[in-house]
Amino acid sequence: MTQALKDLGDYIAAALPQDVLRTEVNRCGELTLEVRTNGVVKVLTYLRDDTGCLFKQLVDVCGVDWPGRESRFDVVYHLLSMKHNQRVRVKVAADEETQVPSVTGVFSSAGWFEREVWDMFGVTFSGHPDLRRILTDYGFEGHPLRKDFPLTGYVEMRYDDEKKRVVYEPVKLTQDFRSFDFLSPWEGPGLLPGDEKAS
Amino acid sequence: MAESQIQNYTINFGPQHPAAHGVLRLILEMSGEVIDRADPHVGLLHRGTEKLIEHKTYVQATPYFDRLDYVGTMNQEHAFVLATEKLLGIDIPLRAKYIRTLYDEIGRILNHLLNVTAFIFDVGGMTPLLYGFEEREKLMEFYERVCGARLHANYYRPGGVSADLPAGLIEDIAAWCETFPAVLDDIETLATENRIFKQRVVDIGTVSAEQALDWGFTGPNLRASGIAWDLRKAQPYEVYDQMEFDVPVGKNGDGYDRYLVRVLEMRESVKIMKQCIAKMPAGPVKVEDNKITPPPRAEMKRSMESLIHHFKLFTEGFHVPPGEVYCAIEAPKGEFAVYLISDGTGKPYRCKIRPPGYVHLQALEMMSKGHMLADVVANIGSIDIVFGEIDR
Repeated sequence: MTQALKDLGDYIAAALPQDVLRTEVNRCGELTLEVRTNGVVKVLTYLRDDTGCLFKQLVDVCGVDWPGRESRFDVVYHLLSMKHNQRVRVKVAADEETQVPSVTGVFSSAGWFEREVWDMFGVTFSGHPDLRRILTDYGFEGHPLRKDFPLTGYVEMRYDDEKKRVVYEPVKLTQDFRSFDFLSPWEGPGLLPGDEKAS
Repeated sequence: MAESQIQNYTINFGPQHPAAHGVLRLILEMSGEVIDRADPHVGLLHRGTEKLIEHKTYVQATPYFDRLDYVGTMNQEHAFVLATEKLLGIDIPLRAKYIRTLYDEIGRILNHLLNVTAFIFDVGGMTPLLYGFEEREKLMEFYERVCGARLHANYYRPGGVSADLPAGLIEDIAAWCETFPAVLDDIETLATENRIFKQRVVDIGTVSAEQALDWGFTGPNLRASGIAWDLRKAQPYEVYDQMEFDVPVGKNGDGYDRYLVRVLEMRESVKIMKQCIAKMPAGPVKVEDNKITPPPRAEMKRSMESLIHHFKLFTEGFHVPPGEVYCAIEAPKGEFAVYLISDGTGKPYRCKIRPPGYVHLQALEMMSKGHMLADVVANIGSIDIVFGEIDR
């Protein structure tokens, strides 16, 4: 299975050397293609139509936020080929400014997924027919799944009996939100202060 | 007589409409009685599940999956625990696999019973809903006996299931499997060949195989359009590769076929449940590694090491090696998947939930265009949506 996926990755990379930057099969046996942002429509069209691929279904599009990176977001597409019983993951890098070309012309199912990525991360898609917010409230501000967006949010709403309508107010917490650091200092992933002296 | 001008007008359907299956707000642009445009506004039930999971340990995150599709809850947990187990690189004991398969099928019947009967209810038949709920109540009792909760189970855990089946439960499930097909026959007698039901759903909301693929359909909706694709067969997980069952496939892709596929799937689920019960082996129900699953309570009182394990598991949680995984299962509504990214700590870095209903609802406009207003209700009923999972 892993070998077949490696071959498939090499096959796609050989066909689209301009657009596919890197292919990788990870330890869970999944093929990932890293793709140039502007080449995503071309790559997805190729994946859909080429007889060696036939990824006829776009099952998922989502965003990932990596605040430390230069282009901060990943847009991740998951495709499924029923013919070959395989899945592939396509990754595209983006930030607040760069527009990712919309793939709604290739797969109709991308429409709401891209709206969700815009809503949650603020990644814009060029050529999307209807790029509105989808999951958040009407008139919502901010992009909640960004790592710098607080878990509690900024506003809360309640029904105001005098005004006879719902009103929005800044979040008031009786106790500050606390995020405990339970990580074992000796098992945690990072370096502790002073570790550099030991190495 | 002067020709009268007909203007398009807009109808606001929901969010408190009994046929909206939850909190769906639908803006319908009508030209007379015919739908021109249907714009679903979702998100009224958005609770920020994905954001919350980023702030919880893996064990604390599983209960959120019950609250997605609250109709057949354990199936959602299954996707998440499978994804976690794949990242951890562990294999669970055989008995746990059988229990999970058994409860996945119970969840499938729970879901289909509600959907099929509520669908009939939407288009005018009341009795099947009452029959269906009686059986659902019995199934939820099986949920309750195994984990203490009728709906929000939190039964599957990374590394197995939380507890073994109590004594006598297997026999009761086996007895239920014998009586249930008769109830299904009753429901079918009332609906399948019913003239009124067929008038409402045959050739309504027809989706061709190409359209179904293009719009990302999965599960029964895809199979109703004539594509034999079932993750339980194609990419088997747990012990589905040892089960014998058929995959019902529709021909026309209309509302009636979606109904038929679901009814037949329930009969197949009963088959799988019977096989699970017959083959269920004895043995442990979770991995023995106490770095992942908590030690038994009694041991915790006596052994210092167990106490430490217990404390660390329920504060810090277990560490998952860095990596990413996309894990899909055949949930009752279609392909339910979790895309999990771990950064090596005790909490997921990113957990994207792929709900099948979200994709299906997106296609509502395509299905309803050119249909009458009453057909929208039939379409919503036939694609099986629940807002807990769509809005997340």
